[in-house]
Amino acid sequence: MMCTICGCEAPGIAGNPESERPRARAMKHDHRHQEAHAIAHAHDRHHHAGSEHAIDFGAGLAGVHLAGLSQERTIRIERDILSKNDAFAAANRSRLRKSGVFALNLVSSPGSGKTSLLVRAIVDLKDRWPIAVIEGDQQTSRDADRIRAAGAPAVQVNTGKGCHLDAHMVGHALDRLSPASGSLLFIENVGNLVCPAAFDLGEAHKVVVLSVTEGEDKPLKYPDMFAAADLMLLNKADLLPHLDFDMSACIAAALRVSPHIEIMTVSARTGDGLSGFYAWIEARASVMTELAGKRE
Amino acid sequence: MSLVESVVALVEDERRKHAFARVRVIRLTLGALGHAEPEALRFCFDAISRGTIADGARLEIEITPGRGWCPDCGGVVALEEKFSDCPICGGFRVRLTAGDDLRLAEMEVE
Repeated sequence: MMCTICGCEAPGIAGNPESERPRARAMKHDHRHQEAHAIAHAHDRHHHAGSEHAIDFGAGLAGVHLAGLSQERTIRIERDILSKNDAFAAANRSRLRKSGVFALNLVSSPGSGKTSLLVRAIVDLKDRWPIAVIEGDQQTSRDADRIRAAGAPAVQVNTGKGCHLDAHMVGHALDRLSPASGSLLFIENVGNLVCPAAFDLGEAHKVVVLSVTEGEDKPLKYPDMFAAADLMLLNKADLLPHLDFDMSACIAAALRVSPHIEIMTVSARTGDGLSGFYAWIEARASVMTELAGKRE
Repeated sequence: MSLVESVVALVEDERRKHAFARVRVIRLTLGALGHAEPEALRFCFDAISRGTIADGARLEIEITPGRGWCPDCGGVVALEEKFSDCPICGGFRVRLTAGDDLRLAEMEVE
């Protein structure tokens, strides 16, 4: 049997499995893992040097053996599991800031109208800003096709089995897209109100889109996403006369999980309320440019 | 699943720093109010660690309880839910101070 602590018994067994000696050694080794352990090793090596059962303490799993140092050890790490993503996100953020690109990460459940909203915004804003779009979906390039048809360059990122975009994917998409200086970048995340909340992409702001055909209590059911967003767009407002959607309950729920969130009611279909969204983009982008100017 | 992939990537990073051949135990610190579900992590870990340096390692998950600070009454309170009311004064501006960690704390290697 190999010692699970340092693996030292393995060579002995390999040499002669039936022999009594390795077993005796195993008993003797008893591994309390104190100084005695190292001494016992040194002792063994002395006795068995040159014997037919070569015992090589350097053949342990770590490939080295130092007296007093067991091959087993504990490494303290204390690293945030998302630290890799966060490092990519920081790189994206500084790259976007340097090139003066204002990036919004649009998140929502599937079917809330993110793509329709973007198509509308591109048509309305393309004379004011250069616009680029990163589209995240599990499969197909349908959304990117719609965006391109609206007149903006778009890169489709297919996440396959993944349920969200991460900062590494967005970095690659930026390489491909290389948005012009001073442009507006929309990142349309995979439709999912859970996982995208945890993955910073390097954006300036997260914007959560909730349509009024969904439940008004969604901010309470998926609080992480609403807490991570700076703006909530209540889309499909043109359908309100046909629904029992309780607007005040929805706003109360959003403010409860995120007291600082800004809320606007819009309709991507009729265009109602979108001027407020565009004014918000304008104001936030100028704040970013100003901050970037001060930092230099 | 991508969280578990990140864990395996961090383990690979550590292997570059400290040479080791096998990981026996991986210890995670997980907040009771964080987004990750321990059982889901365990399930994904078995699938994702296969064939990597973390293959065969035991995953130990330590759960840290949720705690918050209420700016209305100044109380430090235990939280059962992420955005719950202050159990002392009923205010709902309680800020989370602990319990949403998601960390690779340490590992035993050989």
